[in-house]
Amino acid sequence: MARINLNDIAHSYRPKPKGPEDYALKRIDNVWDDGGAYALLGPSGCGKTTLLNIISGLLVPSEGKVLFNGQDVTGLPPEKRNIAQVFQFPVLYDTMTVFENLAFPLKNRGVDAASMTKRVHEVADALDLTPFLTKKASGLAADAKQKISLGRGLVRSDVAAILFDEPLTVIDPHLKWQLRRKLKEIHDRFNLTLIYVTHDQVEAMTFADQVVVMFEGEIVQTGSPQDLFENPEHTFVGYFIGSPGMNLLPVALEGDAARINGVSVSLDPAYAEKARKAGGKLELGIRPVYASLTDAPAKNSVKGRVEVVADQGDSKIVTVRLGEQAFRCKAPEGARIPEDVCYVSFPPEKTKLYSNGKLIK
Amino acid sequence: MEKWQNNRAWFLVLPVFLVVAFSAIIPLMTVVNYSVQDILAPGQRVFVGPEWYREILHDARLHEALWRQIIYSFTVLLIEVPLGIGVALTLPKKGWGVSACLVLLALPLLIPWNVVGTIWVVFSRPDIGLAGVTLNEILRIPYNFTANPIHSWVTVMIMDVWHWTPLVILLCYAGLQAIPEAYYQAAKIDGASRWAVFRFIQLPKMRGVLLIALLLRFMDSFMIYTEPFVLTGGGPGNSTTFLSQYLTKMAVGQFDLGPAAAFSLIYFLIILLFSYIFYTVITSYDKGEAK
Repeated sequence: MARINLNDIAHSYRPKPKGPEDYALKRIDNVWDDGGAYALLGPSGCGKTTLLNIISGLLVPSEGKVLFNGQDVTGLPPEKRNIAQVFQFPVLYDTMTVFENLAFPLKNRGVDAASMTKRVHEVADALDLTPFLTKKASGLAADAKQKISLGRGLVRSDVAAILFDEPLTVIDPHLKWQLRRKLKEIHDRFNLTLIYVTHDQVEAMTFADQVVVMFEGEIVQTGSPQDLFENPEHTFVGYFIGSPGMNLLPVALEGDAARINGVSVSLDPAYAEKARKAGGKLELGIRPVYASLTDAPAKNSVKGRVEVVADQGDSKIVTVRLGEQAFRCKAPEGARIPEDVCYVSFPPEKTKLYSNGKLIK
Repeated sequence: MEKWQNNRAWFLVLPVFLVVAFSAIIPLMTVVNYSVQDILAPGQRVFVGPEWYREILHDARLHEALWRQIIYSFTVLLIEVPLGIGVALTLPKKGWGVSACLVLLALPLLIPWNVVGTIWVVFSRPDIGLAGVTLNEILRIPYNFTANPIHSWVTVMIMDVWHWTPLVILLCYAGLQAIPEAYYQAAKIDGASRWAVFRFIQLPKMRGVLLIALLLRFMDSFMIYTEPFVLTGGGPGNSTTFLSQYLTKMAVGQFDLGPAAAFSLIYFLIILLFSYIFYTVITSYDKGEAK
């Protein structure tokens, strides 16, 4: 069992980093609670894997400390930490049987044969690997291989956290669901902290209680899937989560209203005041599902032109041109979509303002 | 669409067939032809059936050369393969050191074989060679590879190791470089020792290139001719006369084309047999895994 604290972690792959652009990780300070199921979500190259390798000990961070249950483990090698890691591609010891593969971490730690056999059978049972135990690991299918990689982490009774680095990349789509369900099950049964790196938002949202979103070497938001959807704290989260992503429009403040395309959208005066204080580059964000379309002007609406209507089966994604900007609305299946000229209205409670990418609260 | 039935596709294999015929089948059949005839003079030949084969198989000097050859090849393999793996493991994995090491290692492979022999003659001569003089004058070990059979054997072997271990190293290095980093990371997390990493990750992943290295080195060392020819000329006595040198003596020196042809075919079959055994042993191990 472990609570993992990252205290002011920063990492650069260069020996002498100069500016912030030399850092793969920019300053990360957060806590991973014991027994939590976390997804680490972000685009390729945002530092997810670096962060994971720092937690597991494969990398020593340039700056900052890693604490497990309050104990400093920053300098400890991976084998001295109670952490297991599953990689993007299944890593197996080809010449060994499945049993030997699963027993390998225990053997290396000098566990006696009887308890090793018992533990391996327990884990094989949990992962549905029992029928394969005597087979060579190299001949199995990708999903079984990935389960073995996971099993090598689970057999160690001291393991407190398992880190996954995009583990389902090589798995067929229909097996992905099964494996994700298996992971959930394992999480409940073994009560471990799981940190799951992915760039697939669906995977992150279905797997995790808490989603940690990373962008350019920083954690931009941590929250439940619903939080991330309703209150994106960073324009990146708004755009990355949800399909299609949040609409982001550059705006200028004018009194208590935001000017878009020559039209004012009135804001809550207190909120407008905060935005004025924050200054910087202002953007207005709204989820496509919360922006409604009408043929007649309404309160707080902006005039535009319907460009494309894409029928998704259960809803319609409408692309509207607002001056220079393309804007997306998600309308329910039965809704009437204006032919050409339309009005997009912005409900104040769902309309967010961002200053330099950060949410104005 | 109507099916188009004829045998025209056979013409497509004709070029390959011609190339193989001229490069392998026809020369080989000439040798087969010679091996069953006694050529008395140009245009005067007698069919003798398996006579030459019988003679060759009972040739005591050939038996000696064969044993010498087998001992030589296996000793050289036993030194070069482990040494090659060992050196490959210690080579740097990235940085400028990689190209520096690879260029240095590849140098012996770029030298013409008779030049290799000459280099070692000069290097080993007791009167002027660096090694010869060092051994005799400084270390006071009486060393003379032209007079002492053991010295000449050791010299030929060291020359072969110097010349060909780089090939094994390069192949193993390529095999090692192809192992994804995740394997080493997983092994670290599993708490594997350095030996376990070698035994369970590096060695299995190198199996393919090792098979190639083993086959190439076996075939080449079994056919070795030029370097010992230049270095020792097969002597002293017959102590470094390997199969191909004996064969050359027979065919070119004495002009016994019939026995030499029979010898060649037997030589070829021996190499084929050993290569087949190596190949089967290593690949059957592979299949055992796929179960």
